[in-house]
Amino acid sequence: MQEYDIIIVGAGPAGLTAALYSARSKLKTLYIEKLSTGGQAATTDEIENYPGFPHGVTGPSLSAQMEEQAKRFGAERLAAKVEKLKMDGDLRIVCTNKGDFRAKVVIIASGAAPKLLGCPGELKFRARGVSYCATCDAAFYEGANVMVIGGGDSAVEEANYLTKFADKVTLVHRRNSLRATKVVQDRALANPKMEFAWNSVVEEIEGEDVVERVILKDVTTGEKRTVEVEGVFIYVGLEPNTDWLEGQIETDEHGYIPTDDNMRTNVPGVYAIGDVRTKLLRQVVTAAADGAIAAFHAEKYMESKFDHK
Amino acid sequence: MAGLTELTKDNFDQEVKESSLPVLVDFWGPKCVPCMGLMPVVEELAGKYAGKVKFCKVNTAENRRLAIQLRVMSLPTFQFYKGGEVVAELQGSFGQEEIEEKLQALIG
Repeated sequence: MQEYDIIIVGAGPAGLTAALYSARSKLKTLYIEKLSTGGQAATTDEIENYPGFPHGVTGPSLSAQMEEQAKRFGAERLAAKVEKLKMDGDLRIVCTNKGDFRAKVVIIASGAAPKLLGCPGELKFRARGVSYCATCDAAFYEGANVMVIGGGDSAVEEANYLTKFADKVTLVHRRNSLRATKVVQDRALANPKMEFAWNSVVEEIEGEDVVERVILKDVTTGEKRTVEVEGVFIYVGLEPNTDWLEGQIETDEHGYIPTDDNMRTNVPGVYAIGDVRTKLLRQVVTAAADGAIAAFHAEKYMESKFDHK
Repeated sequence: MAGLTELTKDNFDQEVKESSLPVLVDFWGPKCVPCMGLMPVVEELAGKYAGKVKFCKVNTAENRRLAIQLRVMSLPTFQFYKGGEVVAELQGSFGQEEIEEKLQALIG
C-alpha cells in the first residue's frame, strides 16, 4: 500500500490550500478528487471577494492557479472516488476505486453539493431545463426567460450572470428581502433584466419534454400563479458530502463536521476544512484559511505523534 | 494521445449515426469547469478504447442548436451511441468510473 504523510480528500480551495502548505513543508502529500479541480468555487463565474484580485477572478482560473501552486511544491494528484476511511492504529487508510492509501493524517475537504429544492417536476426536468450550474448551462438560454430560486449570494450572483444570456431572469425568494451581500443585491435590484417574485415558493415545475412553466405560490396569500420559463436554476443551499464517512467522524444535525480552532475532528489525525465543516461563512477565503491551519497543525501533530522529522 | 473528433451539425450524421463503431459524444462548453476537468480523462480513455469506441466532442457554445436538438440542455453530458441510437447517457456529476462502466457496457 502506498504511504503518505498527508492525504487530502477533495480539491476545492480548502483542499488545494492544505496541499500547498503540506507540500511546501516537505510532507509527502496526496490530494484526491473524483470530479474536476475547484469544487463549488469552480462553478462560480466571478469571485469578487478574494483578496488580491481587485477586478475579480473567475472560479476556474483561481482554482487552476491554486492547483498549479500546490503541484509546484510536489503535491501529487489522484483522480479517484474516495469510498471509505479506515482506522489502522495511529494510521488512517483512505479507500478509493483506484486502491487504498495509508497516511499519518487525513484532511477531509470533500465540500458540499447543491441541495435539491424538492418540488414536483424538479427531478423529471433535471438537465431538461432544471440546472444547478449557471456557468455550465447559461449559454443554452440565450434570449430565453429563466428563473432562479433562492435569495443568498449564489442565487443572486448567478441570476446576475444569467442576464448576460437570458432576456428576463425572475428571482424567486420565499421572503420579501434578499439574504445576499449588499453589493450583490444592489446590482441585481438595478438590473433591468431582473424581476423578483417575493414571498414566493415553487409549487411545481411543468412541461412536456422540457421545462415550459413554473407554478409559484405566494406564501402570504396562498395565491398561485404560472410563469412561463424555459430554464430553472436552483440555488437553495448546500448539502455536505459526508456520506462516505459512514458515521465514523462526528457530524452535526445537518451532516457538517464540527472541528476545533485547529480544524481537528473528534478523531485524532483526521481534520476537516472548507464547506464540509460546521462554520459561519462558506467562502473561498475561509476555505483557504482552513486549509492552511489544518496543514500547519497536522505537521505539529505528526512531529509529536510519530517523531516525524 | 488519441484525438477526439469535433462534431458539428454538418458531420454529426456521418460520424455518429453512420459509425460502424459505438460512439461516445462528450458535450462540453468552454465555461463549464466540470467539462474541462473531464477532458484529460476522456482523452486518456480515447487512447485506451481506440479501435473499440469512437470518441467525439461537441462544443455546445458553437453548436447550441445541435445540442438542443439532441436534447442536451445541461453540461456536462455524455451520450453513448450504438447503431446510430442513444443507448446510454451520463449527466451532471460523474467521473472516470461511471464513464468506463458505460463504455464496457457499450462494447460488451
